[in-house]
Amino acid sequence: MNSTVTQLSAKINKAKDALGKLPSKMENQYNVFQIFFVNVANFSIFTGRFFKEMIKPPYEFNELMKQSYLIGYKSLSLVGITGFIMGLVLTIQSRPTLAEFGAESWLPAMISVSIVREIGPVITALICAGKVGSGIGAELASMKVTEQIDAMEVSGTNPFKYVIVTRVLSTTLMLPVLTVFNDVISMFGSFAGVNIKGDVSFHLYFAQAFAQLSFTDVIPSIIKTIFFGLAIGLIACYKGYNSNKGTEGVGEAANSSVVLASLMVFIVDIVAVQITSLFIN
Amino acid sequence: MMEQTAKNILDSKQNDVIVEISHLKKTFGSNEVLKDINIKINKGENLVVLGKSGSGKSVLIKCLVGLINPDEGKMIALEKNISELKIDELNSIRKKIGFLFQSGALYDSMTVRENLLFPLRDLKEISKEEKIKLVEEALKNVGLEDTIDKMPSELSGGMRKRLGLARTLILKPEIMLYDEPTTGLDPITSKEISELILEVQKKYNTSSIIITHDMACAKITANRMIVLKEGVIDAEGTFDELEKSEDKWIRSFFE
Repeated sequence: MNSTVTQLSAKINKAKDALGKLPSKMENQYNVFQIFFVNVANFSIFTGRFFKEMIKPPYEFNELMKQSYLIGYKSLSLVGITGFIMGLVLTIQSRPTLAEFGAESWLPAMISVSIVREIGPVITALICAGKVGSGIGAELASMKVTEQIDAMEVSGTNPFKYVIVTRVLSTTLMLPVLTVFNDVISMFGSFAGVNIKGDVSFHLYFAQAFAQLSFTDVIPSIIKTIFFGLAIGLIACYKGYNSNKGTEGVGEAANSSVVLASLMVFIVDIVAVQITSLFIN
Repeated sequence: MMEQTAKNILDSKQNDVIVEISHLKKTFGSNEVLKDINIKINKGENLVVLGKSGSGKSVLIKCLVGLINPDEGKMIALEKNISELKIDELNSIRKKIGFLFQSGALYDSMTVRENLLFPLRDLKEISKEEKIKLVEEALKNVGLEDTIDKMPSELSGGMRKRLGLARTLILKPEIMLYDEPTTGLDPITSKEISELILEVQKKYNTSSIIITHDMACAKITANRMIVLKEGVIDAEGTFDELEKSEDKWIRSFFE
């Protein structure tokens, strides 16, 4: 009898605990949603301010050139090496499957279409999200911690225009250039891959590769890289500029810039593919 | 020969009010940092602000340059109400108010030369050669001529502070705001910085607000001092007056 009462009271206490925890759990979920929507609203305001400041003179051409050099030129080697390996591996991996169907001669065309339409832009954007996004996020957060942004503001310079607009414009302008570079190097990688187990002339390979490519492959893929660049720049700058947790915030800004920018690349990609298929197919 | 002090320098200046802060209030969440601050600063005067960490000293000077918006109150600097200015007007006033940050806030990605050229970049009426001359002169004033092509990371703490001061002074401001100018420095370098602040007051006839915990710095630089406690001005007077205060808490700053 006693043991039954003890078990029952234990069960009642457990139920009471669970009931007690329920409101705090709901509160936590509410807070998570609230933080999410506040962030979305703040990011929208940040994006709106970017477009407003971008149009309004004076323009920071020198800083834009400097940032384009740092973001574009300094990423060439990484993008180039990755592109070459990507083209090479893609060719080596695809060859056996095509050979089974006796369609080896389609290899250059298949590789060029996949690189130009999808793999080239996405891989370049992911590399930039990692290299450039983390760099911008950490740099801006560190500038915030060491009061450099405040110092710009008190010297009468608009830090948003000088720091944010130039960096976002640079990523937006440089990503299409890097993607074209990546595509070209990937084709060379693919040409090398084809010649590992065969003997195809440079002229024949590129004639076949370009035969299947049209402007409807190239133009939409270049246009979407503009949006990839814009998303990477905006997210990295937003995370860095709004960092406020001291030195801990620097690492956090760099990390969340990369994660969110990479995720946004895929979201923009799926939207771009849907829009393209509406007009082209 | 009479020793140079802030008081001697001020005695020769006129008593025009250049900064007037009235009923300033600022709250962060539930924390009421500034409750009702009223301050007047005369032309050429150095005002030292004392107070415990978190008492709102830095908030006070950040409000004055528009880095933080106050909840209530009026701040008049150089005859303009700071909180009512549009951003373009605020930026032109900011060029007349120098702000030395605690860390120096030097731009890490720029050389010393570029750091000093930065505040001059919008001044179209000055030629490039003149700007370089101004940079060299500013560096000479703080004794850092040899560092012109160095990066900020190559400089010591004291040198970074002096460079921050040179960058601020390059626009020849009428008001200077110093946020803990000697924090983290050894006593010798602290004294050098304090004397530099005094030199700035003498040379450019600037009015200054100096936030500090360093009583040696306060003794050298202060014409007048105020003590902030729980968001209000708890005491006001000269260094000597506050040092002899009957309030034990105020005297504890001097021990």
